[in-house]
Amino acid sequence: MTAPRTMYEKIWTDHVVRDGGGNEPDLLYIDLHLVHEVTSPQAFEALELTNRKVRRPDLTLATVDHGVPTEGRALGIKDPLSKKQIETLVDNCRNNGIELYDISDIRQGIVHVIGPEQGITQPGMTIVCGDSHTSTHGAFGALAFGIGTSEVEHVLATQSLPQSRPKSMAVNVNGELATGVTAKDVILGIITRIGVAGGTGYVIEYRGTAIVALSMAGRMTICNMSIEAGARAGMIAPDETTFEYLRGRNQAPTGDDWDTAVEYWKSLPSDPGATFDIEIDIDAAELAPYVSWGTNPAQTVSVTGAVPSPTEFDDPLERDAAERALVYMDLEAGTPIEEIPVDRIFLGSCTNGRIEDLRVGAKLLEGKTIHPDVHAMVVPGSGLVKLQAEEEGLDIIFKNAGFEWREPGCSMCLGMNPDILMPGERCASTSNRNFEGRQGRNGRTHLVSPEMAVAAAVAGHFVDVREWK
Amino acid sequence: MEAISVITGQMAPLPRANVDTDAIIPKQFLKRVERSGFGPFLFYEWAYDEEGELIEDFILNQPAYAAAKVLVSGPNFGSGSSREHAPWSIEDRGFAAVIAPSFADIFHNNCINIGLLPVVLTDDEVARLTQIAEDPDNLVTIDLEDQTVTAVGFDASFDIDPFAKHRLANGLDNIALALEHADAIASYESTRAPHKPAL
Repeated sequence: MTAPRTMYEKIWTDHVVRDGGGNEPDLLYIDLHLVHEVTSPQAFEALELTNRKVRRPDLTLATVDHGVPTEGRALGIKDPLSKKQIETLVDNCRNNGIELYDISDIRQGIVHVIGPEQGITQPGMTIVCGDSHTSTHGAFGALAFGIGTSEVEHVLATQSLPQSRPKSMAVNVNGELATGVTAKDVILGIITRIGVAGGTGYVIEYRGTAIVALSMAGRMTICNMSIEAGARAGMIAPDETTFEYLRGRNQAPTGDDWDTAVEYWKSLPSDPGATFDIEIDIDAAELAPYVSWGTNPAQTVSVTGAVPSPTEFDDPLERDAAERALVYMDLEAGTPIEEIPVDRIFLGSCTNGRIEDLRVGAKLLEGKTIHPDVHAMVVPGSGLVKLQAEEEGLDIIFKNAGFEWREPGCSMCLGMNPDILMPGERCASTSNRNFEGRQGRNGRTHLVSPEMAVAAAVAGHFVDVREWK
Repeated sequence: MEAISVITGQMAPLPRANVDTDAIIPKQFLKRVERSGFGPFLFYEWAYDEEGELIEDFILNQPAYAAAKVLVSGPNFGSGSSREHAPWSIEDRGFAAVIAPSFADIFHNNCINIGLLPVVLTDDEVARLTQIAEDPDNLVTIDLEDQTVTAVGFDASFDIDPFAKHRLANGLDNIALALEHADAIASYESTRAPHKPAL
């Protein structure tokens, strides 16, 4: 009888091409390589220079997301550098036989939205992409992590990657989430507790009744932000919710293959008695809607709280970081979060740009209009999310309320396209990073859930969505 | 990738925690398709004001630190995105190593892959080194073979993954190493379950 194993150990073992024997990294097979325009051109160029070929174009899927404009697409891409970068990806995909969801393709979208949407993200897979939010795909019980451009080149050339075995962490969230407390709040709550480097060197498995109760969209939101705790990857055991999500999707198995796949998927969850290097327990009832006040995702408090004073931090570097953050964010210690006014609202990103996020936003917004001093926009995660939302009439609700309704892409999550904050603007954002300059130089980002973003859009300042009517 | 043995040079102290990749190389500079030339954009928003004028106080803008070869910073250095443009920009600016109490995983891997040496020392050692670096005339020496860091009145050793050390010390190309196992890759592929997706 084999010892009980964690899901991560099972998937890892299933993908070892060559065991490094402890002295060297293991060589892992990669089931799916997602590619976008920003982190791939240098990899393709290096392949060409070394006369190497793409080994498995059929296990590689590309799209354009980071640099694409979200309006006026009929006029083409104005930014000459972005235009060249996107054209370079088009050429590279054509020359190497890689399928590309180009800007005119209805399936185009954020790389971490399209994989699950097409059903190509499946349990038990190894998935990599030159993007740190690849951890999103772990929501399906896959081992998915972000890689650099040298590693992109490596996977293109060999469909494998040398990896040293990370440690394992279980984050158990048990109990029921209160109404208005979302998956986004769960992950912000976790990061606030373990810190932005708390997960460094670990693969996190999110477990517990509050996690099992979540939809796939919520699970993706949680796994997406694993990297904001420094984790190599985040994952959630596949179950009926996972299988139902996948059933019938374009790339999901069919017929006998479906049954074989489900049987395999059911073998993946961590065995009873499997041990993790570290376990963390969180009571779901203690979680609240959160708002980040600083310049990293752990600098976050409950919406009913106040901006903390740097003196509350014992560690001198953390204290210094809090002081810097307050200056950058133009906030005073002690200010109640609900008194902070906002200028901009961004609803979108690989964290919260799925149809479910748009639905909850629209439901809250129905019959209301946004505050006159607020500029708000919705950027659907993919062309298919946008189409679905339009079929449901969500676009009308958003537009009637005063939101702009845009084309799909990463947009203002990182502002590589024209969607950026102006210096000094303050944004309630459903994205994943509140770093200095992330959404635009001297722009100020507050990370929140879609519900909290919509409520702030109407009120003009943060409000507790649990009390909000 | 060039082999690394001993690095000796000036330090640039940047005593901040969680220096993220958005700070190291802001997104507006990620649109280039070239591999080189990112050095001038390193820490751009700390180095230049909104009008594009040089911020003279910033450590890397001080003429006394123009020759800096080793960056000394705080814990969780390189957190955030997977952009390899971050270590590229540090390397392109003339740095050969970064010393910090800890590094973010992807950034750390990227450094090893391009031959920029990441050195982990304790909080206390980094704090002492930061003080020593306040005098720009004080040099530091990092010996990869011996795994030591020395400066005036300072002597420390560091841990590094043996295989990463082997690669850095010999300037080995990871892809060439993996392709030595092309048979194992092909053999793995031949047993891959048919229900797994392919496009």
